[in-house]
Amino acid sequence: MRKFVAHRLKSLITSNPPHHQLSSSSTYYYTSRLARFLSSIASDPSSMASDQSTPPVTAASLNPKVLKCEYAVRGEIVSLAQKLQQDLQANPGSHPFEEIIYCNIGNPQSLGQQPITFFREVLALCDHPSILDRSETQGLFSADSIERAWQILDQIPGRATGAYSHSQGVKGLRDTIAAGIEARDGFPADPNDIFLTDGASPAVHMMMQLLIRSENDGIFCPIPQYPLYSASIALHGGTLVPYYLDEATGWGLEISELKKQLEAARQKGITVRALVVINPGNPTGQVLAEENQRDIVEFCKKEGLVLLADEVYQENIYVPEKQFHSFKKVARSMGYGDKDIPLVSFQSVSKGYYGECGKRGGYMEVTGFSPEVREQIYKVASVNLCSNISGQVLASLVMSPPKVGDESYESYSAEKDGILQSLARRAKTLEDALNSLEGVTCNKAEGAMYLFPRIILPNKAIKEAESLKKAPDAFYATRLLNATGIVVVPGSGFGQVPGTWHFRCTILPQEDKIPAIVSQLTEFHKKFMDEFRD
Amino acid sequence: MTTMISKSSKCSRIMSRKALDYDQINENVKKAQYAVRGELYLRASELQKEGKKIIFTNVGNPHALGQKPLTFPRQVVALCQAPFLLDDPNVGLIFPADAIAKAKQYLSYTSGGLGAYSDSRGLPGIRKEVAEFIGRRDGYPSDPELIYLTDGASKGVMQILQTVIRGNGDGILVPVPQYPLYSAAISLFGGSLVPYYLEETANWGLDINNLRQSVAEARFKGITVRAMVIINPGNPTGQCLSIDNLKEILRFCYQENLVLLGDEVYQQNVYQDERPFISSRKVLLDMGPPISKELQLVSFHTVSKGFLGECGQRGGYFEMTNIPPESVDEIYKVASISLSPNVPGQIFMGCMVSPPQPGDISYEQFLRESKGILESLRKRAHMMTDGFNSCKNVVCNFTEGAMYSFPQIKLPPKAMEAAKQAGKVPDVYYCLKLLEATGISTVPGSGFGQKEGVFHLRTTILPAEEDMPAIMDSFKKFNDAFMDQYEDQRGYSRM
Repeated sequence: MRKFVAHRLKSLITSNPPHHQLSSSSTYYYTSRLARFLSSIASDPSSMASDQSTPPVTAASLNPKVLKCEYAVRGEIVSLAQKLQQDLQANPGSHPFEEIIYCNIGNPQSLGQQPITFFREVLALCDHPSILDRSETQGLFSADSIERAWQILDQIPGRATGAYSHSQGVKGLRDTIAAGIEARDGFPADPNDIFLTDGASPAVHMMMQLLIRSENDGIFCPIPQYPLYSASIALHGGTLVPYYLDEATGWGLEISELKKQLEAARQKGITVRALVVINPGNPTGQVLAEENQRDIVEFCKKEGLVLLADEVYQENIYVPEKQFHSFKKVARSMGYGDKDIPLVSFQSVSKGYYGECGKRGGYMEVTGFSPEVREQIYKVASVNLCSNISGQVLASLVMSPPKVGDESYESYSAEKDGILQSLARRAKTLEDALNSLEGVTCNKAEGAMYLFPRIILPNKAIKEAESLKKAPDAFYATRLLNATGIVVVPGSGFGQVPGTWHFRCTILPQEDKIPAIVSQLTEFHKKFMDEFRD
Repeated sequence: MTTMISKSSKCSRIMSRKALDYDQINENVKKAQYAVRGELYLRASELQKEGKKIIFTNVGNPHALGQKPLTFPRQVVALCQAPFLLDDPNVGLIFPADAIAKAKQYLSYTSGGLGAYSDSRGLPGIRKEVAEFIGRRDGYPSDPELIYLTDGASKGVMQILQTVIRGNGDGILVPVPQYPLYSAAISLFGGSLVPYYLEETANWGLDINNLRQSVAEARFKGITVRAMVIINPGNPTGQCLSIDNLKEILRFCYQENLVLLGDEVYQQNVYQDERPFISSRKVLLDMGPPISKELQLVSFHTVSKGFLGECGQRGGYFEMTNIPPESVDEIYKVASISLSPNVPGQIFMGCMVSPPQPGDISYEQFLRESKGILESLRKRAHMMTDGFNSCKNVVCNFTEGAMYSFPQIKLPPKAMEAAKQAGKVPDVYYCLKLLEATGISTVPGSGFGQKEGVFHLRTTILPAEEDMPAIMDSFKKFNDAFMDQYEDQRGYSRM
């Protein structure tokens, strides 16, 4: 039901009581406010300028939630890396390495991974549909890409790729995605459950915004975790409730740990609202066993938690003994239907073999929510109008790639297999190299795009870091960067068991670069240990 | 042990089983309203599914109403999407040389083409082009480091509001009528909207005394007013601010210590010649120190409006003036959590701010297409305003700029009574009837805010020029019949 907005505006103001702060600044706050109020009704406007105090947007007066949040993947180390890169451009030879190797972020195409040709053909045609009719186009594009572009354009009202779409995304594209999910899981998917978003991150933000009412609301997150979650929870003013993954069992997720942490959070008066599971894991690379997933579903069901399943690495599996199972499939195969468990699955075009980060395409599949809640999600989506169309088209393509018999199938699957096999080899090479270093142990990357080795740092190094007011792993990562140009993210950005130190390194540098990376890393580590060994 | 666990989990189950019940979700989310895609739009979509022809004038979405994309930017983006074409000897058969050169140039700005995350602030090369565009426009150089590219202007507005709003004690001055992005975002971030009313009888002018009063009232209620939003050209009201008015606004913000948020997404959409668009930044810098060195300003722009109208691409930017470096860093941090704005949208932004130049192969076509769109919009603005003003009980200010017409509908008491009985706000009632009768999908004025007891609707001026006479006829027919139906006592409605 709609209300008069004028009335609403008024009530917005009146329902917000005066903001009395109990801090020491409150007196100042009040008197300065009073002064301003008086000055604002003063008749001579020129006298007011003298009342100028601190400008409105200073770091001290920003939203404290903004100040509080951290996002290490693009933090201090990356700023240093950018500076070093500028140095190298201005003065080649100014550092003991020739280039910066960005292993901090899962951004495959920036490190030379090639896009899937078929996807790009279709995207180009959708962006410039006026060439679809021209005979020359057939010489430049594959026949099935032209056909697919037509199909997609027909799904877009008015074939207008430059128009805002439905706020959930173009309906026809959602149909395709739902069909793709259905083919993957063997259980039905409803296009109305799908919300297309600019990458998976905005979808995660939307869910946090919906769920978090205050700092008394908690969200369960794995530790180590992808810092999007900690940042988003901080931005929305909630509380991160950690559960620790067990490094000794290959980053296993133990239900007993969940129970223990849930109890501890509740004792502190925190209402835990949702459980985030990242599968395959980021930064930890583990792929959950189906059995484990069932336990997680059961746990969420029993405790009334929303299951937020980050499944953006679903195509990135590198070991034959593991397979990806979506949580929705697992829940449905346990006999839990839409009514039984609220479940959100996030998918992105940025990962997988496609790695199309720059497109900002993604979706969430939202099941088990009441219609009223769904309406609220829709409303929040509509404030931003829609996600970008190119990303939407790509999301439909990754969920519905060429099939056997299509003209592009062979080149498509050669490209896909080439990328995935190469990633598996790179993961293995880097894992072995890391495990051969003194004081370093590294679990296998069963999936995703990262290795997360543990480093046992000598006391002397820890002391040195402390004297520099740096976390010991950040100290290590900075030294590594300065010596080799390799950019990794310190484990402290992801969370880790206190007293243990890690870093995250992507497996994304191109294969021909891996041997050099291994030798630089090995050499650096040896020197580092020689310098600090107890 | 096991009994303990099961017992405690049983308790907690009772406590938390309603985790996602409607009454358990974030109140700020529930409070937010976004009428542009609200009840009217949903009803229109339903009718469309039933096979009725709907004229969507609810969203400023030009391509959805048949506006053709400009050829050159689409060629450049298509080539960036499919860079292998650049090596194909036959690429010249369907792409002009300057589009090919531009695509190569843009790809050289990236570290991995369109498929790699860019810098979280956007590609440095594009930000430099934006800075050059601003420099040419304003006559003052602009610093690319203070320009952040975003997924459309809305994302930028939300980023800035999130940074400014600490709690419900923080107020943001917003024009009423306003574009509901502002009210929705302020609600979502838990701040307080402080309205200032635009004066309809003064052509939606902005009266500084009104502003002062709004600020004084808000402060009296304990609200710290932190920022002021202006939309120029106005949405939904279509007015273009004069230099003098902008100066007054800037001085006011300076005196009251407010950051000015200048929504300037319609800067190319101006349909009269008396008041061309002038940016808040230019006026500010013209004023000289101390104000030009101190007043904090963030201005927003987009690829969705203007002659480009590329809404689906989600490209935009904001530029910060006089914002301290530590705050800029915080804004950067928040941007980095979203990794990067979409890269194709950034390329569109590049094409918008550095279009083909005289002498380029594509120049003539680009000029023809872009001028054609703006000239036609100008004609449509007149057709629509004149059409509304010919209707019974409707008065409408001329659309000087932007993309909307915002006529006032003087509803007879009986119509208001009928609305009340249907459980609808009067303008929602009117708009629903209009939709059912004619297929014209508008947004009720209550979605934008209006003075109490006064009713409006917003339409875009975007339906195709050739369809415009028929649309205005069908509107007039509906309106005049509606007024006759509820106005049986002659003269009564004028009250």
